[in-house]
Amino acid sequence: MESITLAGLVLATVFLGLLWRSRQGVVRAPSTAAAGVDWPARLGEIGVEPGPRATFVQLSAAVCAPCRATARVLSALADAERGVVHTELDVEAHPDLVHAAHVLRTPTVVVLDGAGTEVARSSGAMTPAQARTALAVVGGATADDETRGRTV
Amino acid sequence: MTETTPARPARPAGIDPRGPRFAAGVTAVLLAVVVLLGASTAALVLLAVVALSFLLGALGGTQRTWQAWLFRSFVRPRIGPPSELEDPRPPRFAQSVGLVVTGAGVALGLAGVLAAVPWAAGIAFAAAALNAVFALCLGCEMYLLLRRLRPAAVRQ
Repeated sequence: MESITLAGLVLATVFLGLLWRSRQGVVRAPSTAAAGVDWPARLGEIGVEPGPRATFVQLSAAVCAPCRATARVLSALADAERGVVHTELDVEAHPDLVHAAHVLRTPTVVVLDGAGTEVARSSGAMTPAQARTALAVVGGATADDETRGRTV
Repeated sequence: MTETTPARPARPAGIDPRGPRFAAGVTAVLLAVVVLLGASTAALVLLAVVALSFLLGALGGTQRTWQAWLFRSFVRPRIGPPSELEDPRPPRFAQSVGLVVTGAGVALGLAGVLAAVPWAAGIAFAAAALNAVFALCLGCEMYLLLRRLRPAAVRQ
């Protein structure tokens, strides 16, 4: 009896793990519940200058290990792409924003376009490829275009 | 360009991320044995051992547990230094979540509800195995959700 219980438990655990892993960092549609958030005003209060092309707002926590990896991926993207800003906010310091933006997990990355409107979001560790997918939702030039090297 | 809010606390010295995952694997095996032992006194004793290990980890960080000592003494010398270090706070938080789950099982077991022992072990097993195999920290995933419940309750 107990061995059947354990076998079922192991299967359920593996299923959960695979499901979780397949959803890590997947770029999805913006949250409709958080549609009313005035991102430029919110970022202004915090003292963050939004990017003219895109802003990646990453909500992180001290107890979150994948947040570090995601921050590295996004800051590399922001360094490589003109007009792209990455800002990492601690959920402890911004509880109202976390609530208004309907953020339930860390890391959650809210992608804003040049006008400061949420165009995509992603939760969990992001790969560089997923970060580029998120940037593609915003559109605009990439570092590979002929515009490379021209100052904004 | 990356901007970080000044409110972000200073990060403590990093630890080898493979340590907590190895420890979680050892813990998962012990918890699997508890599940196999069923609602028995032997299961209660073993669950208490696991709960005490979580207590060590919750108080002093994952590095202070006997599983971490096993990793440092026998595993790490064989696999070499890590490619990167990890913040010790997430795994330490996970230890306190493990302590709450297994501690509840031990408390219920001591109160005479032995049936709660394999249940608590089963839940803790899933969390420990997910950590060991998928590097998924269940407690950390739930952290913000739990954190959000509190201010909401205060506001109302």
